[in-house]
Amino acid sequence: MPFIETQSLCKQYSGKQVLKNISFKVQDGEIFVLVGPNGAGKTTLLRILDLLEEPSSGSVLFDGTQLNYHSADHRLNLRRRIGMVFQQTVLFNTSVFDNVAYGLKVRGESDKSAKQKVKETLELVQLRGFEQKNALALSGGEAQRVALAQALVIEPELLLLDEPTANLDPRNVSIVEEALSRVNREKKTTMIMATHNMLQAENLAQRVAAFDEGRIERIGTFHEIFEAPSKFLMDFARLENVFSGVSKVTGEGTSLVDIGDGVQIETAFGKAGNITVFVRPEDIILSANPIVSSARNSFEGRIVEVSDLGAVVRVRIRVEAGRDFMVQITKRSFNDLQLNIDSRVFLAFKASSVQTL
Amino acid sequence: MGLTMENALFELLLRAFLLIFSFDLEVLNITLLSLKVSGTAVLIGALIGVPIGMILGLRRFSGKQILMRLIDLTLRSIINTFMGLPPVVVGLVVYLLLVGSGPLGPLGLLYSPTAMIITQLIMVIPIITGVTMSAVGSVEKTIREKALSLGATERQAAWIVLREARMGMLTAIIVAFGAAISEVGGIMITGGNIRWHTQTLTTAIVQEVNLGEFNKAITLGVILLSMAFAINLALTIIQLRGLKR
Repeated sequence: MPFIETQSLCKQYSGKQVLKNISFKVQDGEIFVLVGPNGAGKTTLLRILDLLEEPSSGSVLFDGTQLNYHSADHRLNLRRRIGMVFQQTVLFNTSVFDNVAYGLKVRGESDKSAKQKVKETLELVQLRGFEQKNALALSGGEAQRVALAQALVIEPELLLLDEPTANLDPRNVSIVEEALSRVNREKKTTMIMATHNMLQAENLAQRVAAFDEGRIERIGTFHEIFEAPSKFLMDFARLENVFSGVSKVTGEGTSLVDIGDGVQIETAFGKAGNITVFVRPEDIILSANPIVSSARNSFEGRIVEVSDLGAVVRVRIRVEAGRDFMVQITKRSFNDLQLNIDSRVFLAFKASSVQTL
Repeated sequence: MGLTMENALFELLLRAFLLIFSFDLEVLNITLLSLKVSGTAVLIGALIGVPIGMILGLRRFSGKQILMRLIDLTLRSIINTFMGLPPVVVGLVVYLLLVGSGPLGPLGLLYSPTAMIITQLIMVIPIITGVTMSAVGSVEKTIREKALSLGATERQAAWIVLREARMGMLTAIIVAFGAAISEVGGIMITGGNIRWHTQTLTTAIVQEVNLGEFNKAITLGVILLSMAFAINLALTIIQLRGLKR
């Protein structure tokens, strides 16, 4: 039995359809990540799961129990099994200790046990010794870590996270991610997290749901989703030339990624297994003649599409095996090379231009 | 010419300061009465206005309760209008109520400190209610949802919303006291500006200016300003401390 199951969830606000037929299942102990642009409906979905908002239609099953949005007792009992970290950090105007202990106090937990739990949780988010500081005097990153501690201290069975690392610097992001994966590993806490950060989705998620305009476009593992990325995902991640495949480490410490159809891409990093890589269109060199250079990757193909972006031109090139590469060059180079649709071209890029998602 | 003007102004100020430190009994009486009238009005006003502001700030009416929403909207609009009530108009209305032939005439309150307190009370209640309402309303949604998500009951959530709005309530009291202590039109009408009886700092200044007694008027002005400053300083310190704790 799935731990969380939504069935055809819909939500509208004054005529606007924010969620359309959302159905998914999350297993006990899973980290399920929602990706998608702003306004895609991720926050609304999390608020419905936390019983802060009622769906217009459809239902949510929590550990086999259907959520009832109309009974105050039911709402309270279920909410006490769920923790939520909001995108906008909200803390109470009191000490860090009182902020973190709040969830325990409203549950009637004794002072002694609350003290111990707060101490442990603050250590988890690396804020040991911050107990007596005023929560409103903290930096943005520290404040968000307190907000995370508030949700973690109650040891929720389900943790909802609404872009918990948006606006944080890399150090704070890694502290938050570390705490989340540790809690998931040690306490088997189920997590549903909305994020913009693809790297985070890849690192933490067991499965990803790609949201767009209130709909789930696709659900699967990170690599399944990016194996054949939809136009929406490309737009959202602003990525072109995304390829998934099996990577093998070579003797020189680089890797060869087999992206199918006999096409191999050499990368500068040594990483084996299933991976997703991308090359920025501006990192690819285009030529009318075969290229002899230090670039480790070179292909031959035909131009299938040209889009004029003003000073630069984006050219879609189909290489022999039927794979497309997007290449960006200046309009002047494009004219100098006398290129047109169906022109035969050669493209090349360095192994170090290949990045992993 | 310019020099003599400057000399005259300097002399006025010097005399004014001498007067402050001469412990003039009448000046002391005027000062204490100002404090008593405005202080009492704000105290009673807070006891009435803060709870009303809290309730209005916490109240949320859903789409179906159209009548309740209408009442709520009307009440809020009235409070907002009354926040800018001209004191002279309040004075006039209270005068008409308390005057011998008026409905409350038999109480014999006109031209008494009580009449002045009533006048300022009517003025400060909408201010305290309105500022409290917006202070509670501004944190209501985020703090309430945060508390609920952490497992609070509706009652526990309401309590923490009020706690978070406490600095806003203090602001309400500061604003109301500032308005009351500097008010002149209303208490002039209902108190009558009677020496040793209903004369306050503001009404006394009006009288001294009319009599051409500028050094006395300046003395009273300096006292009024220093008092307002001292009280606001104290309240601001509390406010800043509240932010840190």
